Amino acid sequence: MTSTAARPAPAPAARPAPRPRRRGPRLTPYALLVPAVAVLAAGLGYPLFWQVVTSLQEFGLAQQFGQPPTFVGLDNYARIFTDDRLWAVVVRSIVFCLVNAFLTVGTGVLLALLMKAVHPVVRVVLQVGLLLAWAMPMVAAVTVWKWLFDWRTGVVNWLLVQLGFDSYAGHAWLAQPLSFFFVATVIIVWMSVPFVALSVYAALTQVSDEVLEAARIDGAGPSRILWHITLPLVRPVLSIVLLLQIIWDLRVFAQIKLLQDGGAPVSETNLLGNFIYETGIGRQDFAGAAAVSIFVLALTVLLSWPYVRSLLKEDAR
Amino acid sequence: MSATTTGVPGPVAAQPARSGTPALPTAARTRRGAPGGRTARRVRRALLGLLALVVAAVWAFPVYWMVLSSVLPSARLRASTPTFLPTSATLANYRSVLDGDGFGSALRMSLAITGVTVVAVLAFAFLAALAISRFRFRGRLTFVVAVLFVQMLPAEGLFIAQYKMLSSTNLLNSVLGVSVLYTAAVVPFTIWMLRGFVAGVPIELEEAAMVDGLSRTRAFLRITFPLLAPGLVASGVYAFLQAWNEFTVALVALPAESARTLPLWLRSFLASSANRGVDWGEVMAASTLIAVPVIVFFLIVQGRMTSGLVSGAVKG
Repeated sequence: MTSTAARPAPAPAARPAPRPRRRGPRLTPYALLVPAVAVLAAGLGYPLFWQVVTSLQEFGLAQQFGQPPTFVGLDNYARIFTDDRLWAVVVRSIVFCLVNAFLTVGTGVLLALLMKAVHPVVRVVLQVGLLLAWAMPMVAAVTVWKWLFDWRTGVVNWLLVQLGFDSYAGHAWLAQPLSFFFVATVIIVWMSVPFVALSVYAALTQVSDEVLEAARIDGAGPSRILWHITLPLVRPVLSIVLLLQIIWDLRVFAQIKLLQDGGAPVSETNLLGNFIYETGIGRQDFAGAAAVSIFVLALTVLLSWPYVRSLLKEDAR
Repeated sequence: MSATTTGVPGPVAAQPARSGTPALPTAARTRRGAPGGRTARRVRRALLGLLALVVAAVWAFPVYWMVLSSVLPSARLRASTPTFLPTSATLANYRSVLDGDGFGSALRMSLAITGVTVVAVLAFAFLAALAISRFRFRGRLTFVVAVLFVQMLPAEGLFIAQYKMLSSTNLLNSVLGVSVLYTAAVVPFTIWMLRGFVAGVPIELEEAAMVDGLSRTRAFLRITFPLLAPGLVASGVYAFLQAWNEFTVALVALPAESARTLPLWLRSFLASSANRGVDWGEVMAASTLIAVPVIVFFLIVQGRMTSGLVSGAVKG
């Protein structure tokens, strides 16, 4: 930020090098990029290319047995996007994504404000609690939640019965789509809130106390200070966090896949990722799966644009 | 795989402080209001503190429950009333998990894939970070933009193509195939993270060494490289957590039972236990075996990682 900070001179090559190595600096950056570019090309670039090509081809059983694929233009897209099942999945994914993203950010902001308001010792306890949840490997986390929501001996049902909701004795949460998604939401909010809460808390600590004090002297109450000063000041962080959460919640796959293992109605609980998996790996319809994948990737790139732009600003600094 | 599904997301760009002066948090507050208001405020603060403790307990509960269930005998877990304290702890669940087949080979597989990925990610990302933070060259901006977009791409949008690629090159179920995919998935974010660290080391330091007669390379190795150690540690830990926890790509790239990593093994362990009416004690012991090393590691480095990230971001 300051002028003394590392700001590489525009042309290090122009500086007098101890020995005449004219070619070195000019080619060095490209040489340094070779391994990273190579692995990106192999791991992401080629699959992406294959996917674009395949989505424009007929890739059925005949092709599986060695026939050359035929170019069919946008037929696969037309076929997939006139499929009502896909639209059901798209709508479900978007609703699920928005509900989860807003719940996560809302809860995260509340917890960040709570952290700001309490004694430092209590704050550390709260942060450790959040970090524990954040650190849990995803597969282990979903497994534990399945145990908590277990229909026979799970704690959740036991607790609900203790509270007087007797109908929850032996309630199978994962058998109905709606309660299935309730459990999925609980899990995803639980594991995503720590990141939001700690990021927003970090932003809150940057809000200068003089500004808050000035507002207080001017007679603003706590809620006005919150709405008109604190939240606007942390708005850049809030919008980035919300955007990231939307992007991440749109791609939820593994949690759903793992929850479905318990015998949930698969076709009614699939999200976009699960739909792609089933179309491609399950039904071997690679062209259709590729078409849906391209759609998901395009959506992600579109949504990511504001985030990438904000990071680029940091790069230019 | 992505930076995100496994839960260790990238840093949000830290907001620069609105004012540089350290604040006086509470001194000013007491100026306003009568003594009665002060007690009310103290009560409110105590209530909020209580609420915070409850929230902390709720958030940590699943982790506690996992560890607790793993040391309880299965008869206790089948009881109609749950046991909330470890009154009759036993390690029998761990013993049967470790004695059963699958865990050992899954552990070896996970270690191999994670090891290859961490080493490759560190080497590749370090070189690339050097290029974009120490040089200005044609195509630099294109590369940076590409890296930033690529790190956002969801594994779910590419895994079918990755599966076809690996199956056509006979790399399904191999350490190499998955490691390439993991490295490609983790490298973009790591480049970005290391870029902040490299940029945080003033180039003037290097130049001073060069004035003193060191070559550019040696100045870099002697001066800058040691200062980057925290950044490399943070990136290495990040790559470790990503590769160790990853599930989605592993699911498609490692279909064979013998090639399972730990997350895949845990899933199949639960499935096979479900056939004989889930033994939750064993399943939780298996989960704990996978989770505890990760949690310990994460808690130890988390503070250093975030502070490193923030300082890297702010000074860039």
